[in-house]
Amino acid sequence: MAVRFYQVGSFAVGNRLANRSDRTVQSDAERANSLTSGHRACQGCGEALGARYALDAAMRATGGQMVAVNATGCLEVFSTPYPETSWQLAWFHSLFGNAPAVATGVAAALRVKGRGDTRVIGQAGDGGTVDIGFGCLSGMFERNDDVLFICYDNEAYMNTGVQRSGATPPAARTATTEAVGANPGNPFGQGKNMPELAMAHGIPYVATATVADLHDLEDKVTRAMEFRGARYIHILVTCPLGWGSAPSDTVRVARLATQTGLFPVFEAEHGEVVRSSPIRRPAPVEDYLRLQTRYAHLFDGQGNPARPDVIAHLQAMADRNIAKYGLIEEEVSSS
Amino acid sequence: MTVKPFAITLEIGSSLANKTGSWRVERPVYVDRLPPCSNACPAGENIQQWLYLAEDGSYEAAWRQIMRDNPLPAVMGRACFHPCQTACNRAAVDETVGINAMERFLGDRALSEGWSPEPAGPATGKRVLVVGSGPGGLSAAYHLRLLGHEVVVYESSPLPGGMMRYGIPSYRLPREIVEGEVARIESMGVRIVCGRTVDDLEATMRDEGFDAAFLAVGAQRGKHADIPAGDSARILDAVTLLHDTEDHEPPALGRRVVIYGGGDTAMDAARTARRLGAEDAVVVYRRTRERMPANVEEVQDAVDEGVRLKWLSTIVGTEGDVLTIERMELDADGFPQPTGEIEELRADTVVLALGQEADLSLLATIPEVAVADGVVAVGADMMTARPGIFAGGDIVAGARTLTDAIGHGKRAARAMDAWMAGHTLERPARHALATPERLNTWYYADAPHAVRPRLDAARRTSTFDEVVGGLDESTALFEARRCMSCGNCFQCDNCFGVCPDNAVMKVDEAHGYRFNYDFCKGCGLCVQECPCGAIEMVPEES
Ligand SMILES: Cc1cc2nc3c(=O)[nH]c(=O)nc-3n(C[C@H](O)[C@H](O)[C@H](O)COP(=O)(O)OP(=O)(O)OC[C@H]3O[C@@H](n4cnc5c(N)ncnc54)[C@H](O)[C@@H]3O)c2cc1C
Ligand SMILES: Cc1ncc(C[n+]2csc(CCOP(=O)(O)OP(=O)(O)O)c2C)c(N)n1
Ligand code: SF4
Ligand code: SF4
Ligand SMILES: [Mg+2]
Repeated sequence: MAVRFYQVGSFAVGNRLANRSDRTVQSDAERANSLTSGHRACQGCGEALGARYALDAAMRATGGQMVAVNATGCLEVFSTPYPETSWQLAWFHSLFGNAPAVATGVAAALRVKGRGDTRVIGQAGDGGTVDIGFGCLSGMFERNDDVLFICYDNEAYMNTGVQRSGATPPAARTATTEAVGANPGNPFGQGKNMPELAMAHGIPYVATATVADLHDLEDKVTRAMEFRGARYIHILVTCPLGWGSAPSDTVRVARLATQTGLFPVFEAEHGEVVRSSPIRRPAPVEDYLRLQTRYAHLFDGQGNPARPDVIAHLQAMADRNIAKYGLIEEEVSSS
Repeated sequence: MTVKPFAITLEIGSSLANKTGSWRVERPVYVDRLPPCSNACPAGENIQQWLYLAEDGSYEAAWRQIMRDNPLPAVMGRACFHPCQTACNRAAVDETVGINAMERFLGDRALSEGWSPEPAGPATGKRVLVVGSGPGGLSAAYHLRLLGHEVVVYESSPLPGGMMRYGIPSYRLPREIVEGEVARIESMGVRIVCGRTVDDLEATMRDEGFDAAFLAVGAQRGKHADIPAGDSARILDAVTLLHDTEDHEPPALGRRVVIYGGGDTAMDAARTARRLGAEDAVVVYRRTRERMPANVEEVQDAVDEGVRLKWLSTIVGTEGDVLTIERMELDADGFPQPTGEIEELRADTVVLALGQEADLSLLATIPEVAVADGVVAVGADMMTARPGIFAGGDIVAGARTLTDAIGHGKRAARAMDAWMAGHTLERPARHALATPERLNTWYYADAPHAVRPRLDAARRTSTFDEVVGGLDESTALFEARRCMSCGNCFQCDNCFGVCPDNAVMKVDEAHGYRFNYDFCKGCGLCVQECPCGAIEMVPEES
């Protein structure tokens, strides 16, 4: 019987009723487990989860023929306290700021050695990507080097104790943007929109994703591997420690980031958006903010807005994303 | 040997040496919870389990799962008031799962495919009497036979089925369905003797050597109200109307029929009257439409067939073809109170649908069995005060529905089996309920309830053809897959996927998952993202 309705549709990781090819890489008991157990990431770390999701998909897409280059940051520190490592793939640790350049070099070396079939992924946190690594990354993009660069965006320098980065959202409390004064937390009007900066380089493929939509994340990594040249995926990864969210809420918080419109999920090819993920269950930004102590100063002890002005400002940002990326499908008129 | 600088002198080690399980203060554990549908099913069906089996097209296995509790799936898939659906958690997502439609689909499949029930168990040498072949008696007979007892059913009517034949009209429950399912029970070796009334239970048991008896004689007599009536008024009761219609001797009702009462029997009488040619069938009821005890779907069906409802009204007298009606109003407690406002209504026939009562004269010689208001007192095991005599269905306290009767029959059969073997039955503890707030409904695809086709209106008032159709296979499969598997793992792989520490292991396709507590840090992400609430955190022992 060809009934294409599987109880959990394509939302869950697997599904006994769906064809194997319609299930995720993660649902496969034989997945690569690129980042295996015993790592020292915090309980419920979204970065550890996102990295395994992305790299396992890449491992499948490349048949295991790949190398990862990793900037300094939590992902490197928690996975590889020398001489122990959690990585189950060929993996380099670069410096904090030069992962894109090192990845370029690895790709060039492979090509020279006639191993162009081995693919290269560069990866870093948001600090390593949008701040200190930005120059190297922009160069990698403009030269269209054959590297997929993945940013695991947890919206601050987490490994050194939650300092602000160029990807920290407005109003968020960090160690360097304390929740004091008239405009507590990170100021509005600063920071960088890295996916759009990547698109501005006109590279073949740019996408955003989160740990809340596994099918989408895997599809994008797989799609990225179909291109040659510079590609960029920006993955929002919840950080329970830095965001002050419950470790069990890692996926829930990331999901709310998308359902509020604060984090638009889309794909772009050669500088043009080709697809965005519609919001399925719209939610006000408050629902997202309330789950995180980095926004605690916006609420009173009972969870009621203490700074409606700031919340409204964040809501306006979300609404702008919704309009810009078409995140809420227009009602089709029935006439 | 080359001298290596310090930084590369150590052999590469794996982080698997680092047992992060020691960080944990709480551990996740898999649990099984009782889904609300099963909890609400008086027959005790494991609904979720049979839906699970049906989801991949294993229809026979699904039907066999129903048959463990209920021998009449095709009947129940039509006439059950489905309290399971009322309780279904899916209501909070979109609409409840069409459990009843699925049960019918499976029941009909079994009849058309000729699936046979499990064979009777090895003979125990015990002989059991069942009085009455309604759903209660049939359920007890079936379960007793499965347990290996010899079963004889005595039934006063010429044909078996009880209210499934003589009460519920055939446009809701076609007789070949009842016959098919009854025949299947007989095929197991249950002997049904029709036209045999048990007048004295004690004497029958003694004379014929029965070891135990199950009494399910139902409530056969329509209750009457004291309405001051003149000579020409024609008054009959609903059960008689339905019974005689079934016997192909329907009474002449005339053009205008008034049905007095607000229960399901009233709806059936009104809809039957329409089919027998009444142009105007009016239900007169003391309270409001919302307070009618009749099932809402039944009321709607009656209205769709042109039945008129006149609520907040009582009949205070009849003279010739004129009824005197008094308008009522509800007091603060919701009780109807007379207003003194009178109107007249013309009727050729008045059908009383004021409830039924039981004839329990067969118990007269067993005084210790307590009977009050037509209700026989029984314990949780359905046994009366006389050891070895059990009772169920409409003659014991309860909701008086088919599914209750079936549940009683099953419960009694198991208790009788234990009693005859000389021990008492231990009922296993119930699992905690799978409450809706434990679900993570994000993961369930949006899917509104599949609708069963209905017969067109013209044929609904001129024939006794079945009104509600069944689901075809693709809709049935769709409907089964709407089940959210509340409280029990359905192998969606979410826990296996969302663990940042790879601490969930697959056992194999059929047996789900296991936690690897060496590495589980106790973050609780799996608990949060499990769609059906089948994982819980429990404190780690310190
Ligand atoms: C018109 C009507 C419509 C209904 N519709 C529904 C419905 O849609 N859904 C639902 O769930 N419930 C419905 N009910 C209720 C349901 O039919 C009863 O709750 C159920 O049939 C009770 O089962 P039972 O086995 O206790 O008795 P019954 O079904 O009444 O069967 C009792 C049997 O015992 C026999 N009997 C009685 N005395 C003796 C004796 N002394 N010796 C031998 N045999 C005897 C009778 O002839 C009868 O066959 C309806 C009831 C009526 C009257
Ligand atoms: C040149 C340099 N400056 C500073 C550091 C210290 N340092 C290590 S990790 C880190 C922050 C990493 O932040 P991010 O890239 O966002 O990764 P995260 O830890 O948040 O995943 C810093 C500042 C360093 N290793 N090298
Ligand atoms: S600080 Fe944040 S990113 Fe780093 S290991 Fe902990 S949860 Fe993960
Ligand atoms: S969704 Fe399924 S398991 Fe849950 S109550 Fe409804 S039928 Fe039962
Ligand atoms: Mg960071």
